[in-house]
Amino acid sequence: MDTRLEKIVQVLQEKTGATFEEFRDEVHVFVDAEKIVDVLTFLRYEHDFALLSAMTAVDYWPKEDPRFHVIYQLTSLTQNLSLQLRVPVNGSQPKVPTATGVFDVANWREREIMDMFGIEFEGHPDPRRILMPQDWDGHPLRKDYPLGYEEPQFTFNFEEIDLRKPYVKE
Amino acid sequence: MSEYQLQEIPVGPYKHLVSERAISGETMILNMGPQHPSTHGVLRLVLELDGEVIVNCIPEIGYLHTGVEKNMEAKTYLKAEVMTDRLDYMNNMGNNLAYVMAVEKLVGLDVPERAQSLRVILTELQRIASHLVWLGTTALDLAAMSVFLYCFREREIILDIFELVSGQRMMVTYFRPGGVWRDVPVEFESAVRNFIKIFPKRIDEYEALLTKNPLWLDRTVGIGKLDAATALQHGVTGPTLRASGVNWDLRKARPYAGYDQYDFNVPIETKGDTYARYLVRVQELRESLKIVEQALNKLPIGPVRSENRKFVPPPRSELGTSMEALIHHFKLWTEGFPAPKASIYSAVESPRGELGVYLEGDGGPKPYRVHWRTPSFDNLSVLPKIVKGHLVADLVAILASIDIVLGDIDR
Repeated sequence: MDTRLEKIVQVLQEKTGATFEEFRDEVHVFVDAEKIVDVLTFLRYEHDFALLSAMTAVDYWPKEDPRFHVIYQLTSLTQNLSLQLRVPVNGSQPKVPTATGVFDVANWREREIMDMFGIEFEGHPDPRRILMPQDWDGHPLRKDYPLGYEEPQFTFNFEEIDLRKPYVKE
Repeated sequence: MSEYQLQEIPVGPYKHLVSERAISGETMILNMGPQHPSTHGVLRLVLELDGEVIVNCIPEIGYLHTGVEKNMEAKTYLKAEVMTDRLDYMNNMGNNLAYVMAVEKLVGLDVPERAQSLRVILTELQRIASHLVWLGTTALDLAAMSVFLYCFREREIILDIFELVSGQRMMVTYFRPGGVWRDVPVEFESAVRNFIKIFPKRIDEYEALLTKNPLWLDRTVGIGKLDAATALQHGVTGPTLRASGVNWDLRKARPYAGYDQYDFNVPIETKGDTYARYLVRVQELRESLKIVEQALNKLPIGPVRSENRKFVPPPRSELGTSMEALIHHFKLWTEGFPAPKASIYSAVESPRGELGVYLEGDGGPKPYRVHWRTPSFDNLSVLPKIVKGHLVADLVAILASIDIVLGDIDR
């Protein structure tokens, strides 16, 4: 890990008790949902991470709990560093405070996550769907949302596939 | 009285986004698009107008949403690549590059030198082609018809080169994890050299038509000013950011595919208006051509695909004689290769900005989650801020100058 990044991660650990992972020189810091706005503000203004490069989410249903991870990919132009923040979010009532106060780009990115994953961003100024039609049911990128075609069933896997069919859950 | 009357659209869903004067009916809410010729695709803009002056602008996107991210989750790493061409249809090679680099980073795959150089040549040609389409359509929006025809003439040469190497003009899928699909044919070098020879003169021609043209200056100078702080707040990248005076280009800042071996400049302008964005892109045409020429001059001889048979299919010639080759071929095209249970983020500089791929594997042969961080999406989100107070006709110029591609926005 880059020494400058190491220092930042250390500060984050002391301040918020965050844990981190490293894979192929990328650092992922796990932050609690309540602290995310403070952490983003801290990184944006104290360490010059001026660009929120990407923001997305991942659904780990049904294997893991908490179900979602909301991901913030931050870039510092002046130091040429990248840092990824991951916020685990509960599946039953997924809620994260909005980051629109820190980064304007979070407005559309959060609308996209809201639309695709059904994660609510508290305090969002414009909570409408962005890609799907406004009257759409469901959140397409969730893992329990069917892709739109039926898997062929054979005698050896009939029941296994039957369990995954959307009508079973209704 | 005709039953087809000009209708204002209801203010209801946009109540929190328009001014109070719209609710009292003093200003007009007008719909532009989604099938408007100057929106560069199916983009809908809801405009609040005071006479001809824009008070508020609300972009409505999603008309070209195809669920690429969801679809890729259901395909193997090799098969999912075909969808990447269809995202940003002006930057097919660049999308391929972003995706294969993400896969290579996730599984830890090597790429031979020759393949790296070919990737650089073709993505830079793609950048030129993309900027040519941008220049042509922008000029067309501002009523300069001839530039459009000249730009498309040169773009045709590049598409012919793509057809030469991949068999396809646009949906190329030429880069593959671990290298490229197959080596370029012998005619490739002369075709690119021919382009390098004629193109500088053609850029001079475009510049002669536009750069000092008083009509062009009237329509672009001082229009749609974007300052660096607002641009960064909105995640704007690429030429649009560099026209606002921020020196940020991933090819220089985080060199990939061997970009550090080439000598090129990153054009910067400081004004941040439509004219500055035009100047940056025109200079980028010249810089890209420089990179193409350097890469072609030292194109190494050697393999174009990694020898790692667990990820890269063996050459066709081995299938008849080698049992292992046959097994590898069969396994790769039926089951695919597994990737570790981990996630990576990898980004390249597309003609529009930072094209990032978030790729997560789960140990199986299919990606668990693919997210495309597309530059047009973030670049468009700044539009409402920079069009305020301009005329509707200037909106057309500003929208064109940030160079959006709807396939890139809606994914």
